[in-house]
Amino acid sequence: MKKDLVIIGGGPAGMAAALAAYEKGVKDILILERDKELGGILNQCIHNGFGLHTFQEELTGPEYAARYITMIEEKNIPSMLNTMVVNVQGGCPCRITAMNKGQGMFQIEAKAVILAMGCRERSRGALSIPGYRPAGIYSAGTAQRYVNIEGRMPGREIVVLGSGDIGLIMARRMTLQGARVKMVAEIMPYSGGLKRNIVQCLDDFGIPLKLSHTVTEIHGKDRVEGVTVSKVDESLKPIPGSEEYVTCDTLLLSCGLIPENELSQGAGVRMDDVTQGPVVNARLETTVSGIFACGNVLHVHDLVDNVSRESAEAGEFAADYILNGERNWGEPVRPKIPAKSKCTLPADRDTGSQLICIGCPVGCLITAKRKEDGSLIITGNTCKKGEEYARNEMTAPVRTVTSMVRLAGEDQKVVPVKTQAEIPKGKIDECMKEIRATVVSAPVRVGDVLIENVAKTGISVVATANIG
Amino acid sequence: MYDIIVIGAGVSGCAIARELSRYKIKIMVLEKALDICEGTSKANSGIVHAGYDAKPGTLKAKLNVEGSRKMKALSRELDFSYKQNGSLVLCFDEKDRSKLEELKRRGEQNGVSDICILSRNEVLALEPEVGDKVIAALYAPTGAIVCPFGLTIALAENAAVNGVEFQLGTKVEGVHKAASGYQVKTNKGNYETKIVINAAGVYADELHNMVSKEKMKLIPRRGEYLLCDKLAKGIPEHTLFQLPTALGKGVLVTPTVHGNLLIGPTAEDIENKEGVETTVEGMELIREKAALSVRQLPLKQVITSFAGLRAHGGEDFIIGEVEDAPGFIDVAGIESPGLTCAPAIGAYVAEMVKNLLSPSLKEEFIAQRKGIPSMALASDEERQKLISDNPAYANVICRCEMVTEGEIVDAIRRPLGARTTDGIKRRTRAGMGRCQSGFCNPKVVEILARELGVDESAILKSGEDSWYLLEPEGEEKL
Repeated sequence: MKKDLVIIGGGPAGMAAALAAYEKGVKDILILERDKELGGILNQCIHNGFGLHTFQEELTGPEYAARYITMIEEKNIPSMLNTMVVNVQGGCPCRITAMNKGQGMFQIEAKAVILAMGCRERSRGALSIPGYRPAGIYSAGTAQRYVNIEGRMPGREIVVLGSGDIGLIMARRMTLQGARVKMVAEIMPYSGGLKRNIVQCLDDFGIPLKLSHTVTEIHGKDRVEGVTVSKVDESLKPIPGSEEYVTCDTLLLSCGLIPENELSQGAGVRMDDVTQGPVVNARLETTVSGIFACGNVLHVHDLVDNVSRESAEAGEFAADYILNGERNWGEPVRPKIPAKSKCTLPADRDTGSQLICIGCPVGCLITAKRKEDGSLIITGNTCKKGEEYARNEMTAPVRTVTSMVRLAGEDQKVVPVKTQAEIPKGKIDECMKEIRATVVSAPVRVGDVLIENVAKTGISVVATANIG
Repeated sequence: MYDIIVIGAGVSGCAIARELSRYKIKIMVLEKALDICEGTSKANSGIVHAGYDAKPGTLKAKLNVEGSRKMKALSRELDFSYKQNGSLVLCFDEKDRSKLEELKRRGEQNGVSDICILSRNEVLALEPEVGDKVIAALYAPTGAIVCPFGLTIALAENAAVNGVEFQLGTKVEGVHKAASGYQVKTNKGNYETKIVINAAGVYADELHNMVSKEKMKLIPRRGEYLLCDKLAKGIPEHTLFQLPTALGKGVLVTPTVHGNLLIGPTAEDIENKEGVETTVEGMELIREKAALSVRQLPLKQVITSFAGLRAHGGEDFIIGEVEDAPGFIDVAGIESPGLTCAPAIGAYVAEMVKNLLSPSLKEEFIAQRKGIPSMALASDEERQKLISDNPAYANVICRCEMVTEGEIVDAIRRPLGARTTDGIKRRTRAGMGRCQSGFCNPKVVEILARELGVDESAILKSGEDSWYLLEPEGEEKL
């Protein structure tokens, strides 16, 4: 098989790269995706908060993915699903070895290759947490897959280690599904996640965030029975005497992501110890001729919008390479790594009047004071959304609920959903009860109303993915 | 009535069962765990020791050299991973040179071939990254590495194919003398047998004490290990031991047959026979000690840590018929180099049984066993062939180790097939890579449930209570 451009990975990076290369005039493209559908990790990130930059609106992960999938389909850019690439070699042409059930093992020759395989989570072993090795220790992403894709619950009583966004999101997700999240422990004195997520994933549900705490032992031989949580000192060493035994059956780990570069290394590209991704030049070209890289393979991004933007550039550069030939490689340029989120909510915050805005990732600290006549004076917000949020929060707080609804039938087990608009915070429990009791049948399209007037709020629960 | 009941499906029990399956006798292996290879045999160094360690004249010395000689041929016959990579015992101090020479003499007395002492420069020629303090080393080219699960599972499968019954999840609760032989009481019923072979690892003392007045006491000696990513730089080719120093016994640094770096073990006598937890102190000790052997250990690329228990009895193995319990054969205190010795222990114990039962050989004994084909190790042509025979070999489940659905299904369907995710892991390596099953766990659980015809909530990691997912009913109650 011969192709102009082969893209390895059909997640947000791969799809954005494919679309941009297509726009630049390279039409002979093939996306190779190891999963059964395009979209990558977005498909299991059923919460909202995506797309503010790319689409100027707040979308869930599956909705963000669906928009790109639709664009890919409109342009008839072909993809092979359930297909694993086992080897990539650069040069002219590049050679890709892949396999799938239908075609067996096969080779593709391509003028250029874009690596867009994403990243993976740091495991328990890499964290060297001592203790037994029972079942019930999951990376947050594995648990997310179980809950949001397989529709299965991996435990009842949860401790989350690491307060990255996935950890915070999963704390809320498990709580919404009925589990009890005992705490989120974070070894650093600040959270690695966004302020808005601390507010809407932990504070909303009364889940304690224990900063400067870590898990120092795992108990239980067959299944997790508990963990020891200890306070750490400035050098992150556990402080003797601070140990607390926490009963739980599940430990979720959200302790960092690592670019997945086995194929890149197999291709012989030079790696950057800092980003843990390939060394690239200003045109996102690796040190091996014809091989480009973008997205979380290159470095771990904070927002999917940034992945899409960078990957579109990679697509354009690859198209230029295919159409106009190789240029002088030039200098290595390290991609701008976003400053690591170091969030703490002000400890002395008067929670009655000082609010953290959850409208966007910035998380402004807004003060809302009630005058004698009952009207509100709102300060500290940097946009209109903030004012609206504060007003709501002081009078009738509202939230968007994201979850999944069961599907009848075997193939796909659940469909992700959201409340079409925000509902009163006090109605979340009732809303979840209805969502959990609902079963629908495929096909389902994004926006289809699955529950009308949920919890008597007047608001519908709608599908956020296309199924069937 | 059985002729033989073997208690314990570790490497010793399985080696004995396989050896005895050559004869026309009725054999059963009882194992309390839900799979074979669940105790000491699954958590050790995976080393085929050349044989210079043991004191000349001991059973350890004799069986080590025999086992080491048998292992290569056995790996071909039963298709498990084995690599003769040679070993070096590193010496860090001129004052210890005499100990190195003593070790060489011991090896020669034990019959180890081709051992010699190398100067620092000669060591550097073999292993350029050895520590700066290394002054000399004992080189044993016959030293090798083996896959401990591969070996144990191969022995068990072959024994099963040759008619040995395996009862898993069966815990022996009592052994009593009966009219002719013994009655073995288990949680799943009672069995009569002429001969009992006690290969119960750290529990062998408890079984022994059920039948003998001469009490035995085994001490579980915990050894912790760290395992590093295959992609780590600076993985040595040889197995690097340390000559014991004033600071105590050293740790080893070795490649595994699958290309990972393994360092450890610690040696800590504990009380708890299930105490396989790792400790902060243990992991620190390994890091510290191993740094002597290799200049820059890739300790940032540790992918997992684990601990195993060795059954420490005395200076030597305890193998033989118990004096006040005829027909009850102990295979106890099988600590290092027990894995190396396994093939020799099998033959040695079979010899004892022959003297007791005078069994005749089976004509239909099948000596060869074919393992699960590995897509990761196969050539492109072999891969094509596997996929064209069964497309499931093109469906990669574990991306770190490139293990396919075909291999996982084979692991479940073959004799003594896997029933747990740990069983899948030890048979196929799915979940053994750098993400430690983060990606493949849901898929492996799904395949196991499909193949076994059960709900996913019934799938276990290893033990009875090691569930992954709530039952749908339990979920509704949340």
